[in-house]
Order: sequence, then C-alpha cells, then structure tokens
Amino acid sequence: MTTHPASDSWFKRTTQRVNIPPVFYFLIVVFIFSGVLDQLFADGQIFTNPLIMLNIIVRSVALGIVAVGQTMVLIGASIDLSVAYTISITAVMSSYLMQGRNENVPTAILGVFGIGIAIGLANGLIITKLRVNPFIATLGTSLIIKGIINATFSNYTGSVPQTFEFFGYGMIGPIPVSIIILLLVVTIGWFILARTKFGAHLYGVGGNSEVARLSGVRTDRVVIAAHIFCSLTAVLSGIFLVSLMRSGAPWVGPNGFYDLNSIAVAVIGGTALSGGKGSVWGTLAGVLIFGVLSTAFNQLGVNPYLKLVFQGLIIVLAVASYTIRSKKEAA
Amino acid sequence: MTASTISAQGSSTKFLRKLWSWIRRIPPVYPMFLLIFITLGFLNPKGYQTMNGIMTYFRPASPLAVLAIGQMFVLAIGGFDLSIGAIVTFCVLASSKFLANDPANALPNILLLIGMGVLIGLINGLVVSFLKVPSFITTLGMMMVVRGAALYYVGGAPKGYLTDNFRMFGRNYIQDVPFFTRIPYSLIILIILTIIAYIIFHRTNYGRQILAVGDNMLAAGLSGVKKKLVRVMTFIICSVFAVLGGIMVAGYGGVNVTIGEGMEMQAIAACVIGGVLLGGGKGNVINVVFGAFTLQAIVNLLNQLGLPKPYTDAVQGLIIIGVVAYSALSTMKKR
Repeated sequence: MTTHPASDSWFKRTTQRVNIPPVFYFLIVVFIFSGVLDQLFADGQIFTNPLIMLNIIVRSVALGIVAVGQTMVLIGASIDLSVAYTISITAVMSSYLMQGRNENVPTAILGVFGIGIAIGLANGLIITKLRVNPFIATLGTSLIIKGIINATFSNYTGSVPQTFEFFGYGMIGPIPVSIIILLLVVTIGWFILARTKFGAHLYGVGGNSEVARLSGVRTDRVVIAAHIFCSLTAVLSGIFLVSLMRSGAPWVGPNGFYDLNSIAVAVIGGTALSGGKGSVWGTLAGVLIFGVLSTAFNQLGVNPYLKLVFQGLIIVLAVASYTIRSKKEAA
Repeated sequence: MTASTISAQGSSTKFLRKLWSWIRRIPPVYPMFLLIFITLGFLNPKGYQTMNGIMTYFRPASPLAVLAIGQMFVLAIGGFDLSIGAIVTFCVLASSKFLANDPANALPNILLLIGMGVLIGLINGLVVSFLKVPSFITTLGMMMVVRGAALYYVGGAPKGYLTDNFRMFGRNYIQDVPFFTRIPYSLIILIILTIIAYIIFHRTNYGRQILAVGDNMLAAGLSGVKKKLVRVMTFIICSVFAVLGGIMVAGYGGVNVTIGEGMEMQAIAACVIGGVLLGGGKGNVINVVFGAFTLQAIVNLLNQLGLPKPYTDAVQGLIIIGVVAYSALSTMKKR
C-alpha cells in the first residue's frame, strides 16, 4: 500500500484507503440533483419517501443482474451484444415451458439455463477458436437468436404460475426478493473477480492476453468461462423479467436495450472497454444512476423523447467525469 | 538436361508462384461477392443477370455502402460510431417535418441536414479527444440524443410526407442509358463519394495519419501527427456520410420511425466483411464498398430463397460470423 503524505486531507486519505470508485460520487451528485429538482417541481418524494429508494433499486434489478455478467466479459477484453436476445429467449422459453403450472418450473429453469450455457459457450468458442472479433461474433449470435425467436414466437406465449411471481413481487420482511437477488449476484460477481484464481486470470487476460498466455494461463478457457457466466446472468435477468410480466414476449430484451445499456453502466462504473480493469461495485453504482434517473424522470413527468436525450447526455457526462483526468488517449 | 530448359522451367514456376501470391493477396471479399452474386444470377436470371435487375439491386446497396465508408474512417482510427443509425432516422424524421410538403424546401433541408451532420461529428470528435470518453460510449450517448431529439422534434410520429425532389436521390433512376439501361442516382452518388473517400483515405497525408493514429496513437503523436484534429475530422466525415446515406435511405425507404435502427451495426458488419480491423490501423475504401455490396447481396439471396424474415436474420448472423472467421483464420496463416 502506498503511503500518503501528511499534507493530503483526511478525506483524500480515507477515500484512497477504502478505494471508492469515483462513480459513487457521481451517483450521489445525480441523486441530490434529482432530489432537489423533485422538491422544486414535483411532490418531493425522492427525499421524503423511503419506499421510493427501494423502488429505485427494484427498477434497476433486471439491468443490474445482466450488467454484472457484462462487466466480467468486458474485464476479459471481450464484449457481449447478444444479452438482449438471450433475455428475450429466456423470457419466452420459460413462460412457454411453464404454461402456468407449478410442476413445470424446475424443467423450465433447467431448460433456460441450458440455453444460456449453450449461448455463452457458442460466443466463447467463436471468439477464441475461430478468432472472430467479439463485437462481430456476439452481434452475429444475437442476430441468430433473434431469428430463432421471431420465427417461433410472435407474441406473449404461455405464462408463469402464481408462485413464480414471488421472484419478481415477493417480499422477505420489508425487503423485496428482487433486491436480495441483485445483491446476491453482485456479491457472487465480486467474489469471483476479487477472490478466485479465475478472477485474477480474467484481469490478466483482459490486460494483456499474450503475457497471460506466456505465464501459463489458459486464456481461451478463461474467455469462454466469462462468456458463459455473462449469458447465465442474462438468463437470470430474463427469468426475473418474465416473473414481473407473468408472460414472456420476444421483445423484452431489445426494447429494454439491455445490450448497449449493460455496457454503458459497466463503463460508467469504471470498467475499461479495452479490458483488464473494472469492478462489479462500480457497475452497481452505474446501474443505480440509471435507476435514480428513471425515477426522477417519472416524478418530474419528463417527455419520453427528451428522457432519451437526457439519458444519452448523462451517460457521456458520467464517463467523462473520470476520463477527463486520465492521461491516456481514448479511441 | 540442358541449362536453358532448367532456367525456362525456373521462370515458369516463378511466374506461377508470382501469380499465386497475387491471387492470394486478393481480399476475400471479392471472391465472396462474386460467389453470392453468381448464385443469385442462377436463382433469378431476370433479376441478377440483366442490367435492369442489377441496377435495382444497387439502389438499396448504395446507401449502405455510403454509411459503411463513413464508418470505416472511424473504425480505422480504432473507434466506433454507433450514432449513424440514429442519424439516418433523424434525416428521415426531421425532413418529414421541415420539408412541410413543399418541394422548394428540399435544398435548404439538405444543407441543414449536412450542417447537423458536421455538428454531430464535431461534438463526437471533441468529446472523444478532449474529454477522453471512449468513442463507443460517446456515440452510444449521441445515438440516444439524436434519436430522442428527432422524435421530440416531430412529436413521436412522422409529420407529412417527403417531397419527390427530395426522394429523387434514393429512389429515381436516370432512364435510357446505353448499355446500363438505367442507373439509380444513388449509385452515381456512391461512385462520387467513393472517389472522394478514396482520395482522402489513400492519397493524402491526412489518410496516412488516420491509419497511423489507428495503428499506434502514441507513436503517431510523437512523430508530429495532430491526433486530436485527425480524430475530430474522422468523426465529422463519418457523420456527414451518415447524413448523405440517410438522405438516400429516405428516398427509397419512406417515412418510418424505426428506419435507421440497426444500420450502424450493418455498416460495421459491412466494414468488417471488407477487411477492416476493429481496433484500427487497417482499411480500404473499395473493399468496404464491396463489403456493403456483399452484405446486401446476402440479404437479397436469403429473400430469393424464400426464407421468411426471421430466418433471414439468423442466416445473416451465421454468414457474418463465417465470413469474419474465414478472413481471420486466413490472415493468421499468412503471418
């Protein structure tokens, strides 16, 4: 650990010791700013109503789960554009397989996780063995999945049983189940990245694949595993969404822009697109920024098209808030 | 055996070897394009073996090629431009309101759109160079801003129709041309833009600087390239080409809120088929144009085979992966 000169302020020393990603400051700024605007122009619930805090997190669950997977893939210097349609195929297939019956739930869950593993494996193999650029490879698989879904399903299909909605709407004490699941996924992601050999290898592969290979890391396996993990998080997001919607539709993934949004929140959270750098906590903060914004826009009744404009601006501002100080050039 | 025959044999194998190395250096996009186009010709002789049919094929292929050329400039410096699909949507929606069904507004409208293109590219370039935001994120944000602004401007649905003189560039043909029968305006525009882009990219210092920046930004900067200026310029070129492509798309596509959706990905795919490396440092305008033609030919081929739209998506995905895997593996062997 580096020593800090005594001239540094107490604040600076503490923040450097606990290593808070800078995105958390941006989150706080966004939260206070939206809260003040809400006080001035709407009913001021953001500051006064504790339930709205929970609501902010609940809104972020679907994006948060898949963003953890995306973070992992990005750290490995890869990218996954197929998550949106993976979410769609999960939502549609699970409600189709369940058909509203409790006894079908285990098979459906196993089935969609199987699909997720297959998609992740395919992505990983195409990238590592066929040497296709990850951007193009996952764009291709996403087109393939899109074709398969649209050829098979065109509308709401099947439904989930009542008990399954516990996943989306249930509460354990005062805390919604969905938040617990999100925190669980984030913790698992953190544990894998920070406390396992695989995590260390992933940072190595993302930082410099050749060096990692020469030091004995099986780079291909690491990338494939990261892609499988990412697809599994997409599947989990899909299951969560279908339990909210009660029935799966093929457009849930692309309409939520889960592919580009999950990349955006990961980068806002400090994950480098070039790989080798990032953390799930930063991603969580990025997701919460999106959640705060969407709640604030709702409160203030912003025009949906202007909402899109503001969202675009804030993505760029959030990333700029820390890249502006970096000495490295971006491309 | 006499010495003369040996030397003669030597020269003939040398010639063959030279020929073979020349053949090997042909970018894979050309044999691929020929293969797909000849297959199309067999399946539908009337559509793809007559000049009339080929010119019909070029009409939608040309705007895609224009978008791909612009995208190539940004890919060559190692960036991405995800905003071009939204720019196409913007061109169509903004025109539908600004034209106000009056043909006299066409020219000011086109100038205004090009001005918007310059502005969008300038902002993209400045944010990437000075705020150091990765272009993937910058242009993703710009995509949302442009799309949101376009929809807000027209109030969520297209207003009015596009006047015929504005649609001419993407829709009409020059009739009664000898040999070619008829030539779509879009193809002529594409040829002009290809020549301009070719000169900029392959024949000027600026073009070499783009490749230098894409190959090794630090080295380029140390050898005196004004890398910030180079990057801002490439983003402006990309956005302006996107506007020109958008005007052509508006011509044959008509007014539609989702018209530009996914076009950025198509343009990137066309570039990659044309041999552009994502990550920068490589690019060739003519190859990229044929990359776009190949992509359009693939789409037409799948339609020709009578596959329903969803399967077309799936097969297109498979083919894009296959094509890129083929060129990746073949360049790897050469090294």
